[in-house]
Amino acid sequence: MTFLALQGVQKHFGAFTAVQDFNLDVERGEFVSFLGPSGCGKTTTLRMIAGFELPTAGTISVDGTDITYRSPNQRNVGMVFQSYALFPNMTAAENIGFGLKVRKLPAAAIRKRVDELLELINLSGKETRYPYQLSGGMQQRVALARALAIEPQVLLLDEPLSALDAKIRISLRNEIRSIQRQLGITTVYVTHDQEEALSLSDRVVVMSEGRIEQVGTPFEIYNFPRTSFVARFVGTLNVLTATVVDAAAGRVEVGGQPIRAAGPIGGARTGDTVSVALRPEIMSLSEGAIGSNQLRGSIDDITFLGAIVRIRIRLAGEDAGAGSSVAAGAGSGAGAGAGAGTVVFDTFNNPHLAVPQRGGSVTLWFPPEACLLLEQSSAAAPDPVAEDSLAG
Amino acid sequence: MTTGPTVGRRTPNAVETVGDQPNKRRRRGGSLWSWLVFVAGFLYFFVPLLATFEFSLRAKPAFAAYTGAFANPHFVSSLAFSFVAGVLTIVVSVVLIVPTAFWVRLRLPRLRPYVEFVTLLPFVIPPVVLVFGLIRVYSRPPLPLTNSELGSNVLLVAAYVVLSLPYMYRAVDTGLRSIDVQSLTEAAQSLGASWLTILWSVIFPNLRVALLSGAFLTLAIVIGEFTIGNFLARPAFGPFLSQLGNDEAYQPAAVSLISFGLTWAAMGMIAFIGRGTRGRIQIVGAH
Repeated sequence: MTFLALQGVQKHFGAFTAVQDFNLDVERGEFVSFLGPSGCGKTTTLRMIAGFELPTAGTISVDGTDITYRSPNQRNVGMVFQSYALFPNMTAAENIGFGLKVRKLPAAAIRKRVDELLELINLSGKETRYPYQLSGGMQQRVALARALAIEPQVLLLDEPLSALDAKIRISLRNEIRSIQRQLGITTVYVTHDQEEALSLSDRVVVMSEGRIEQVGTPFEIYNFPRTSFVARFVGTLNVLTATVVDAAAGRVEVGGQPIRAAGPIGGARTGDTVSVALRPEIMSLSEGAIGSNQLRGSIDDITFLGAIVRIRIRLAGEDAGAGSSVAAGAGSGAGAGAGAGTVVFDTFNNPHLAVPQRGGSVTLWFPPEACLLLEQSSAAAPDPVAEDSLAG
Repeated sequence: MTTGPTVGRRTPNAVETVGDQPNKRRRRGGSLWSWLVFVAGFLYFFVPLLATFEFSLRAKPAFAAYTGAFANPHFVSSLAFSFVAGVLTIVVSVVLIVPTAFWVRLRLPRLRPYVEFVTLLPFVIPPVVLVFGLIRVYSRPPLPLTNSELGSNVLLVAAYVVLSLPYMYRAVDTGLRSIDVQSLTEAAQSLGASWLTILWSVIFPNLRVALLSGAFLTLAIVIGEFTIGNFLARPAFGPFLSQLGNDEAYQPAAVSLISFGLTWAAMGMIAFIGRGTRGRIQIVGAH
């Protein structure tokens, strides 16, 4: 059942279009992330749900009630900010109780609720601390408790973890998710960190240049990106330039080496150039099943990333400067750093791993269904694939 | 909270808020020069005070100028009058300026240069022009304020509010810059707070230090102000001091020093009250 609905929402700032035709239905209790690079309109959309911006067109409704033009303080929407935005003149307890005090609840009721929330966020005993006496992670937990105190219909989080260091980010991320599950609160989470979006969400909305690129579960978004933008933005990706040999059979050539996609290549003719994307983790040095694709090359570089060893291969038959590149998704942390004519692939680390030598010749194996065919012009105007995904 | 540099403003220093950041560059090699500058500044401030003090002691018997000043009933009454006027000025200008500066910062940042220009006008327009303008407008219907005591007092405070604009606005604006006004406002809004609640429980408490600085300067200006008090014929301290200068030789020097001390004491008192329960807010954003 749809709880939060955005229909045809648009936002223009003068001549600049921040959000164009945003349609999304969020179920009650669902955790949805808006993922995209900065300036893609995700925060603007969130701010329209919160009421800090008015949409130029379209409607926003919560539980069947149109709240498009309701002022922010009439919406009952909880908001958590990147900068925490705790009131510096109030203690943790006063911060959490602020919304209840505004609602003129009796002091005893406020204290009871504040105590519950302090327990929920594991900060019991810290209620008399002022924000500056708390660490960043603690401050953000107080901010979360403050937003939850008013029992909002919808919880909005605007890059809440961006200002925190890596370790706290992961632990707080899990904490947010478990609290969200526990309370069953409908949540919209804005982030530019794909790992955050994939690990937290029931559904991810990938956005670019003010429009939705794809809406889907993290699994769908990662494994079946529907636009080249999504494929490039989420996860690390090898993009190879290939020449079509037989479109109907899905046969292409990369630097003279033949590979095969799982299905026919729609709209392409023999001799056309297409982009083939491969995830680093899908390739292997060990021999694959019959019908697997193979690419030969020499080892260019080996990067040890702890749990993962990332190996960069220079493909045979590819000159430097010709056709392939690696698109590292934002926030993937491990800069793959492959140049032209190279692919990177990942293998799990283990103490018995025979790390190949640099310069050695290797053959990469990967199944035909691992080849994602990307349309050539990724910067095209709203493409049909993205439009289709809106209907779902 | 943004990590704005609010540190180091533990003792609100009036001067600090008026100008831009104080220039605290320390150059090791130039320590002789810095001492010279310091001594020059010290002499500039204190030689006149010492000279005044020395002059006031020339009255015979010793300290006659001081005892005479305290014996003068107008001294205490005019000082009290100016002090009350100063406090009222502070209250009015805070009520006027805080919401204005807040709104300009939040919603109308493009208007900031204009507002700043308006607040700087008192530096351009001499008080004598201001007071004659006021008298001309308010000595006849529809608002004949100068006809009554109360009306004149209202005019006086109104004129003082204008004089305090540059200092108060600067102080408040600097204070607002040190807090994340937008996020705090939005956080409060999403929690259901009205504009009044936001101003009262979020903005004002976090401007405490800035408001104190503005208040100090305003008080100091009002206590020493002569022109407006004189032309509105108010029993203010400035006109009293001027009159005393005409009548007596040594007393004005003594009175100047006493008023100087009292003004500083009053400022100290405000600072002390202001420290109160939540003096800690000054260290916000220190990490």
